[in-house]
Amino acid sequence: MRFVDEFREPELISKTAEEIRRLAGTDRHYCIMEICGGHTHAIYRFGLKDILPENIELIHGPGCPVCVLPMGRIDDGLAIAQQPDVIFAAFGDMMRVPGAQGSPLEHKARGMDVRIVYSPSDALKLARLNPEKHVMFFAIGFETTAPSTALTMMRAKAEGIRNFSVFCNHVTVIPAIRAILDSPDMRLDGFIGPGHVSTVIGCRPYEWIAQNEHKPIVVSGFEPLDLLQSMVMLLRQLRSGEAKVENQYKRVVTWEGNPAALRAMAEVFEVRPYFEWRGLGLIPQSALRINDKYAEWDAEQRFEVPGIRVSDPKAAQCGEVLRGVLKPHQCRLFGRECTPDRPVGALMVSSEGSCAAYHNYEHRKAAMVTSLSQTA
Amino acid sequence: MAHGAGGKASRRLVEGLFAPLLFGNTPGPLGDAAQVEISGTKVAITTDSFVVKPLTFPGGSIGELAVNGTVNDLAVSGAKADVLVVSYVLEAGLPTSVLEAEVRAMGDAARKAGVRIAGGDTKVVEHGKADQMYITTTGIGHLLHGIAIDPLSVRPGDKVLLSGPIGDHGITILLARGELDLEADLRSDTRSVLPLVEALAHRAGPGVRWMRDPTRGGVATSLNELARDCGLGVVLFEDQIPVRDTVRGACELLGLDPLHIANEGQFLAVVAPEYADAAIDALALAPGGDEAQIIGEIREQPSGSVLVTTLYGGSRIIDMLVGDPLPRIC
Amino acid sequence: MCLAIPGKIVEISPDNQDSALVDVAGVRRRVNLSLLQDDRPALGDWVLIHVGFAMSKISEQDALDQMHTLQMLGESEAVIQEVSGYSADDAPPGGSA
Repeated sequence: MRFVDEFREPELISKTAEEIRRLAGTDRHYCIMEICGGHTHAIYRFGLKDILPENIELIHGPGCPVCVLPMGRIDDGLAIAQQPDVIFAAFGDMMRVPGAQGSPLEHKARGMDVRIVYSPSDALKLARLNPEKHVMFFAIGFETTAPSTALTMMRAKAEGIRNFSVFCNHVTVIPAIRAILDSPDMRLDGFIGPGHVSTVIGCRPYEWIAQNEHKPIVVSGFEPLDLLQSMVMLLRQLRSGEAKVENQYKRVVTWEGNPAALRAMAEVFEVRPYFEWRGLGLIPQSALRINDKYAEWDAEQRFEVPGIRVSDPKAAQCGEVLRGVLKPHQCRLFGRECTPDRPVGALMVSSEGSCAAYHNYEHRKAAMVTSLSQTA
Repeated sequence: MAHGAGGKASRRLVEGLFAPLLFGNTPGPLGDAAQVEISGTKVAITTDSFVVKPLTFPGGSIGELAVNGTVNDLAVSGAKADVLVVSYVLEAGLPTSVLEAEVRAMGDAARKAGVRIAGGDTKVVEHGKADQMYITTTGIGHLLHGIAIDPLSVRPGDKVLLSGPIGDHGITILLARGELDLEADLRSDTRSVLPLVEALAHRAGPGVRWMRDPTRGGVATSLNELARDCGLGVVLFEDQIPVRDTVRGACELLGLDPLHIANEGQFLAVVAPEYADAAIDALALAPGGDEAQIIGEIREQPSGSVLVTTLYGGSRIIDMLVGDPLPRIC
Repeated sequence: MCLAIPGKIVEISPDNQDSALVDVAGVRRRVNLSLLQDDRPALGDWVLIHVGFAMSKISEQDALDQMHTLQMLGESEAVIQEVSGYSADDAPPGGSA
């Protein structure tokens, strides 16, 4: 696969890992946070932790839009879909997220019309094909996905498709980073910056992290060589005492971002005064809602939304894991009451949540005695 | 629904409910077929239901799956299917042409697989049930000579073999459902694996410890079951696992792992190291076995788990599937 | 947070320049190009696809530059180490440094 395989080339990976080991030395400990859930997933999927030196600690950030969604919002979405003749459409990521009475898939088993879509435009297509039903699209994602939702709503308006609405749960990344940096137990040295969010917002929005907080941030791609190269760039900055924003993912990310995407978002959305993030609490100006021009396609305006609030059990330590204070396996509930099969807290829900990733990929490796070397 | 997907939930259902209440005192791990003795003759018997949607898809249809699936369950248990019986549950209103097409497909598949269909039953249920058609086949076969399957005979150092590329069937079905608006030149790999198993038994029979056909839940689920049953670790070499480009492309696009995707024409075998080369040679020479590969080996650790390793020294644990594989965008 | 995959534009809709058929290793999907309207891609271009929308054109040049940089990793460092290994009193083997 072009633009994928080159960045998975084993010899180059080994070489870059060697350079990381050389730069990291042994004289200090590095705490690096990768903000984006996609990066968390990539780190585990490619087994990158195995080839990083011991003194680099990777802390998984809050960039998992499924994980940070409060359970009440899922219940609200499902409540809307309980109405007769409503089709609940969402990405596959949402299907197993538990609400108070079960996940969307479990509701489907009990008779709700639940459809998995790959694109918001597929949800709009469902509306065209089912004129006697109403399609409610449960929108999630950061700034990467929001423009696509926006364009879809603009299309619905242009075509006068009335049996379609969006339940908007889009969140924005900068306030989440701010919340992480503001927490008193923060101990991060630098950041691996979100790659695909940055195709939309560019690199400029991260400048305050370098200038005001004096932490280096490298915007990174998702292949093994991307992440490893970003680590090299971060270590070089840290060793020389620098703190600046760098773009490793140049083949798709520009400094200014994507103006058409930003225009689409501005056309349809406005910023919510605050939004609840599971594990992080209320964060001001951190999420999007649909503006008055598109009220007709806003599920929260078209339907009665119960506004259910469900808090995580007190024993769940999601917030501490999110901020990097605790490792997943250090949470009281990890692997016992809280597993990927039966998630209690946010970070176990999605495959890119740090607890799920740790549980699925890492957990049993810790029990291994033999060192791994590949023999054919 | 997750209980039927072939992974963890299915296993809980079988082990937690069916086994204690139905299977009585049968000891040991559960395999793809049961071996019983009837009046002094050993036979293998198995049953399977087929509920695939859509009924037809590139490369096959539900009827073909129903024949090959049961033939394969017997084959990987070291048995040659002699006779099948079939049960149809049909939705009222199903066009006769559709039924006829499936019956023909089953007849063709049975002839191709060298198995006789001896009889069957049909029931009709009301409109809205049975997704047009469900098919159950039960197969009986005699044990092949020179091959004996027992997960408890697996040892560290044994090699893990795979008969060919994975993911073809599951991705074909996913695309055929039409919900994802993806097109690809891909077909289900449904076929009888008996000729390959026979070739393996002939050249490397004494060295074969275990076999399985990785259907629902994919290679990862089958190997996790093995790891659990024998208490050892299965270590896979990612770069040696055969996957077609199109399957890879679809999996990357949808965020799926080929190791979790269903196959209907492949099988896994664990073979003693001294027989491994002969085993691969035997498969390579048999029709349809040219893409067979050694994809991993058995080790003490990680005990009870499956580890996928890369050429550059990275690794990850891969678990059984929980529910059906779901596309993701994050 | 975002699964996005490179794909090649193999067809642009004649009656809608915002709609294209994109190929990913033989898998084809109709993709919306509206987000790239300020700098439209052409047939044969590679784009980054996320949820059925093209997010960005992929710059082959930047990808090549990146590979080149990675291949050079450690090489400039090795040269520096080799040179700094010689003190004023040592003659480098073979003559000049």
